[in-house]
Amino acid sequence: MSGSASEAREAILGRIRAVVPAAHPPGARPAYRRSLELDRAGLVALFAERIADYDVTVHPTTTDGLGAVLGEACRAHAVRRLAVPQDLPAGWRPDGVVLVPDDGLSGAELDALDGALTGCALAIADTGTIVLDSGPTQGRRALTLIPDLHLCVVFADTVVGTVPEAFDRISVERPVTFVSGPSATSDIELSRVRGVHGPRRLDVVMVLE
Amino acid sequence: MNVALFIACFNDTLFPSTGRAVVRLLERLGHTVEFPLEQTCCGQMHFNSGYPDEALPLARRFVRVFAGCDAVVSPSASCVGMVRREFAHLAERAADELLAADAAELAPRVFELSELLVDELGVEDVGAYYPHRVTYHPTCHGLRGLGLGDRPLRLLRAVRGIELVELPDAEECCGFGGTFSVKNADVSAAMLADKLRCIGDTGSEVCTAGDNSCLMHIGGGLTRLQAGVRTVHLAEILAATESDRSR
Amino acid sequence: MTTFQQAARSGLRDAQLRRNLDHATRTIRDKRSRAVAELPDWEALRSAAAAAKDEVLGRLDDYLLELEQRVQERGGAVHWARDAAEANRIVADLVLATGADEVVKVKSLTTEEIGLNEALAEHGIAAVETDLAALIIQLGDDTSSHILVPAIHKNRAQIRELFLRTLGVTELSDEPAALTEAARRYLRERFLRARVGVSGANFGVAATGTVCVVESEGNGRMCTTLPETLITVMGIEKVVPTLADLEVFLQLLPRSSTAERMNPYTSLWTGVHEGDGPREFHLVLLDNGRTNVLADEIGRQTLRCIRCSACLNVCPVYARTGGHAYGSVYPGPIGAILTPQLVGIDKAGSLPYASSLCGACADVCPVNIDIPRVLVHLRAHETAQRGPSAERLSMQALARMFASRERFERLQRVARRGRGLPGLSRLPGPLREWGRVRDLPQIPDESFRDWWRRERSR
Repeated sequence: MSGSASEAREAILGRIRAVVPAAHPPGARPAYRRSLELDRAGLVALFAERIADYDVTVHPTTTDGLGAVLGEACRAHAVRRLAVPQDLPAGWRPDGVVLVPDDGLSGAELDALDGALTGCALAIADTGTIVLDSGPTQGRRALTLIPDLHLCVVFADTVVGTVPEAFDRISVERPVTFVSGPSATSDIELSRVRGVHGPRRLDVVMVLE
Repeated sequence: MNVALFIACFNDTLFPSTGRAVVRLLERLGHTVEFPLEQTCCGQMHFNSGYPDEALPLARRFVRVFAGCDAVVSPSASCVGMVRREFAHLAERAADELLAADAAELAPRVFELSELLVDELGVEDVGAYYPHRVTYHPTCHGLRGLGLGDRPLRLLRAVRGIELVELPDAEECCGFGGTFSVKNADVSAAMLADKLRCIGDTGSEVCTAGDNSCLMHIGGGLTRLQAGVRTVHLAEILAATESDRSR
Repeated sequence: MTTFQQAARSGLRDAQLRRNLDHATRTIRDKRSRAVAELPDWEALRSAAAAAKDEVLGRLDDYLLELEQRVQERGGAVHWARDAAEANRIVADLVLATGADEVVKVKSLTTEEIGLNEALAEHGIAAVETDLAALIIQLGDDTSSHILVPAIHKNRAQIRELFLRTLGVTELSDEPAALTEAARRYLRERFLRARVGVSGANFGVAATGTVCVVESEGNGRMCTTLPETLITVMGIEKVVPTLADLEVFLQLLPRSSTAERMNPYTSLWTGVHEGDGPREFHLVLLDNGRTNVLADEIGRQTLRCIRCSACLNVCPVYARTGGHAYGSVYPGPIGAILTPQLVGIDKAGSLPYASSLCGACADVCPVNIDIPRVLVHLRAHETAQRGPSAERLSMQALARMFASRERFERLQRVARRGRGLPGLSRLPGPLREWGRVRDLPQIPDESFRDWWRRERSR
């Protein structure tokens, strides 16, 4: 660190120490709600209800039916070319769609595709949130950001009840993104408009078993 | 019960009828009222206006004057708030342990009128008669400062002959705010205008509240506009009976 | 220096602003109440958040050092800035070192506070605002009037007109969806070619070195993911102790600000992530007066603020004057206590009085800042630094008269005779100010105590 940089650092730290001289022992933290007391079916139902508030459609399916449901979703959105992570599982390949693995696609290349298909780390029922942690089947952040449609596969056994339960499970080794619906703004006269810069459409495929 | 009346400096001078009403009401309910003549002011205006040093001796004086009283009642939620919450801060600021102790000891015995009636005396029907169309404005000190909740409304609902109309946007501040009313007179006037509009929308003859400070501001606006609506303190409605002249 | 009282007048008289603000604040207020009522543990969350912040503020040096170390371990660089000028110089130097002459920015009050865009412009660097409202403000050469919805004072017709003028479009309806689409196309181009992104931070986790940005539009993700270089400017008070603490703040913030259960996007990154996102990450830690706030035992709680703007949406003063009246990046109740502490009470002395102390703000603050208490505390600072004044003399005279029964009763008699409390009547025009819109109360012939003595002689 250069001279004036360490000077600034020492000055700020010194000032902090001067004005709050004694270390305060941490106060007690009150307990708050950590879980919802719902079984898996209840969590899945709540998640679907909550994410529907953001105009997101949840398509239920089984592992066997996954490919077909993905195909239907792609047809419904007129998707011809879909960006996918390099570790996309075999059973996740919808028919009639060109799958483009993200092996370092440029921003412009991603922008030219019709959508992206990924999995996720977990989902939060209480808030209708999908959590991406750049882990298996998820790819990098740009993948779920640039294309205009995000098709996300959620496994029912990864749905947790609350935000605290989500934080019990995530690791920040890799980037983490909480996604709750497509992007939105209320900046013009407070009327909410869906879809600004992130994907304007988000579809969830929920694998129940 | 023997209750000491803390009338508040501005009520003593400008709204003595409110004090008389409190006395009449409590005596009608079978309690005795004393009035420590040494009381003057709790120091709220000084404190809120940025003069805590000037408020400090007034706080010390207050706890001395009311030291021996079993219960203290006031028809001013803002003053009760000052005594119960801010005296401790004044004491902390001045590192005055004696004041801190005295204030802490006195605080649980100081009540706003509706608190005393509902919580301590356990009464909601005080035997009042007030045949007028009335709307109730919950003052900020009462609502948020003391958390009075619906105690005043429960007392009002039990008044015979009253026609109680809900005030739209009741919880909005009326714009008085002590010296705010003159230091930011324009904003205060804007807030007052909306409060007067809401009162007008109720078609009431009377606007009531538990603080004459707010009522002075609202009432001053009503008379300036010749609105034909008057302000009456909650205590005066609760003290009213059939044998009263029309009020 | 314009006082709040003077600046408030134009807002008060702007009927369009008054209607927009009234509609907007009412709408969010109601939504917020419903969102909060859903959580059975809202009060516990507030207390937990306040406790977490107080813990940090009680040992801020340790937590900042921990944050620095973790960020460095994960390949990020940490810079310290004592004031706005130093922060701007650091950022400008970092941008110049990349050779870029344009940066894309996520809305950040902190960068507005230090005037970053103007400072970059002096170095020939264009800072493109990418939040829709911030873009509207920037294109219109305007200033923000609300923390969360900075362009709340503009209606759709005004925005359409602005976009026609500045975005290079020839046809445009005034439907919000169409306006948003126009902004989207304009900005997408810039996102995809940007080499440097600049952001603020909602939270910085000391234990892991993780930075958290909360947003709705996706421009935050664009700016923090696509460029090769990311510079984040973060006030030193934004630190939280552990990752788990975010579980509390991420429940409080969305419900308090946009009244949603969760905002569309929350991004967490730590230093540099290989193969995903910027190759260079710089965290600029900013003081710029925060240590002044820290120094004040009662004022310190101001630093708990998570910039949700719930206080603005319930404030009867803000709703009638708008944000510009506060003369600062931070308007409303939080602005009234933060700005004077950051810049000095002598430079913002009218702000602590811009409140009727109604307490609605304290009711909704997710981190339990007792805003009215801090306002009163700052008023004491203000009168102290003002020194001797006519007001102080009057206040002292009045206090002396309240100090004894005899003097108080004499005051009452004089007032009755003079029909006006002598102390107040000597203040520059308070009775006149009162009388402009209200009648003065008539002083009755007999005070309460006179009646008591007459009726109740013992």
